[in-house]
Amino acid sequence: MSVSVRTLFFAAYRDLLGTSELSVDVAPNATVRDLVRILRDRGAPFDGLPEQPAVAVNQTYAGPDERLSAGDEVAFIPPVAGG
Amino acid sequence: MVRAEVQSDPIDPQRVLALVGSDEDGAVLLFLGVVRNHADGRSVRGMHYESYETMASGVLREIADEAADKLGTDRLAVVHRTGELAIGEVSVAIAVSSPHRAESYDASRYVIEEIKKRLPVWKKEHYADGEASWVEGTVPPESGGASAAVTTGDAP
Repeated sequence: MSVSVRTLFFAAYRDLLGTSELSVDVAPNATVRDLVRILRDRGAPFDGLPEQPAVAVNQTYAGPDERLSAGDEVAFIPPVAGG
Repeated sequence: MVRAEVQSDPIDPQRVLALVGSDEDGAVLLFLGVVRNHADGRSVRGMHYESYETMASGVLREIADEAADKLGTDRLAVVHRTGELAIGEVSVAIAVSSPHRAESYDASRYVIEEIKKRLPVWKKEHYADGEASWVEGTVPPESGGASAAVTTGDAP
């Protein structure tokens, strides 16, 4: 049994992966840290993501221990450079 | 009224300025961030701004509300641009007004510093020699994330 989350990649991360959006299956109650591990374990180019990237869950910054639910939007946020 | 917008249309500084000011205010301050023609010794011919649109508008609003608390008035407006910008174009405009100058300077400074820390916006410099690269950024604080930026240099 697994649930599906929608992952988004911006700027340098999108360039790295060659995609801006992926649906990823995770275990129920998986954390942000689990999701990052699942992606990095896919190998190149996903292992180019940081081990602890900045992430936003449903448009709010979230730490690695945040738990995920089906349908969550999980954005990988490269270091920001507004202004 | 506090205003915060992320937009792809060009910024009109006069319009942003017109959103603040009151007969009670002796200080009106307008800050403009503009695209400059050099970075780290390289010649720059333009800048591409990308945002996480649905999140950026909310974060900018939070920043503006926090700054308005410092300002002591609700006369604060901030607009951030996205898309392709040429040299000299305005990327961000911040207008504030308050009875005295100190609060305006503090609030304006707060908005631009917080934008740089946590607004989900990225910029790619286009260099005169045809190369382009993402500007090295800041890891947003609330995320608990570690800094390990992916660096990419786009070949022409």
